[in-house]
Amino acid sequence: MKSLFSLLFGLLIASTPAVAQELAPDAMVRQVTEDVLTVVRQDKDIQNGNTKKAIALVETKVLPYFNFQRMTALAVGRDWNKATPEQKKRLSEEFKTLLVRTYSNALTSYRNQTVVYKPSRMDAGDTSVVVRTEVVQPGSKPVNLDYTLEKQGDSWKVYDVIVGGVSLVTNYRDTFRQEVSNKGIDGLIAMLADRNRQLEAGKK
Amino acid sequence: MNANFSTRVSCLACVTAMVAASGCATTANNPKDPFEGFNRAMFAVNEGLDVVVKPVARGYDAAAPLPLKVVIGNFFGNIWDLWTAVNNLLQGKGQQAVSDVGRVLINSTVGIGGAFDVAGEMGLTKHSEDFGQTLGKWGVGPGPFFYWPLIGPRTTRDTFGWMVDTYFDPVWRIDDISLRNTLVGVRYIDMRASLLPSDKVVDEAAFDRYDYIRDAYLQHRRSEIFDGELPHEVLDDESSK
Repeated sequence: MKSLFSLLFGLLIASTPAVAQELAPDAMVRQVTEDVLTVVRQDKDIQNGNTKKAIALVETKVLPYFNFQRMTALAVGRDWNKATPEQKKRLSEEFKTLLVRTYSNALTSYRNQTVVYKPSRMDAGDTSVVVRTEVVQPGSKPVNLDYTLEKQGDSWKVYDVIVGGVSLVTNYRDTFRQEVSNKGIDGLIAMLADRNRQLEAGKK
Repeated sequence: MNANFSTRVSCLACVTAMVAASGCATTANNPKDPFEGFNRAMFAVNEGLDVVVKPVARGYDAAAPLPLKVVIGNFFGNIWDLWTAVNNLLQGKGQQAVSDVGRVLINSTVGIGGAFDVAGEMGLTKHSEDFGQTLGKWGVGPGPFFYWPLIGPRTTRDTFGWMVDTYFDPVWRIDDISLRNTLVGVRYIDMRASLLPSDKVVDEAAFDRYDYIRDAYLQHRRSEIFDGELPHEVLDDESSK
């Protein structure tokens, strides 16, 4: 549980998929991770807690390789089908803002971690694959950082990030389900939007 | 040691009785958390205690230079590695157990009493094992979830696992009481300090801190029993676990 939510958060997001089409998922994860780490290692502002800069980095380097609609569907669970297309869009947008912000912030606690890439098993016809990495930091146990990717046309997109065995997406399921059952899909959108506004205003 | 252990066990028994009593009053609408009412109360107690513990951990984190913190982490990690070896053996992972024993031998000597993780540098990877995981590997189910004061989140299985871990914990077995208490204290603060970066993440990400921490704990423990290699299942949006 220890390092569970640690710094790695950043890395991980950071360490997302990369590079254009047809790159194998593990190669993609490696490339984006290294890209982001290279920037963070040299950027004293990010290391000193400049969230805005970290967000910008994540938005340009990492976001293109994520499928947020799929992520949101996964976090919402079976209630997802109750949402109209418009609600789905807004929900995904708010969830994306929240995740990007949270993880960008974690990037700012980067110190001296390195990422080890584990061999990933995949067969030719697979359309969903887990890429496993490990974040190594001096004095602590390494923390597993896994990405689940899905093939979309020619390219692979990440739809789940798992830190120390904890899915950052499905961990929201109970909370989201409860909010939907109390206040409906719109209630859930409002809850997310509200949190995003608080975070933006620096109140949280 | 034994007297002390039994005190702690009887405390736990008291708490268990309290749970049983309060269990009747809770609305058990979440099957994985039948004692949610009690757990949330204990969660609040811990959050209260943290008002004192967290500033201490912050002070430690700020005052101790990184190399010192690494040494402290290594030192306690080395003590635990022997127990990790035993658990790997109990789980039938002989090769890992041998590696763990090798780690202890190397780090206790060349690594100057465990201060430096020389074995890790040599490629003997540190493993994470405890008796709760061993029970899980043996097929014991997690049972209801609990949030204990001081100890934090544990499933029923991991609560028993923790009791066995603590019983065999060399630090708790030190005869010199003041030394023992110092070590237990330092280890606790070091552990709390290592969680500081995650506090902000949870603050921002969680809508309900209790829910978020509980579910993260449960997922994490499940993954640990599989040594981080959970079978890949393509998650369906429809299914809700």
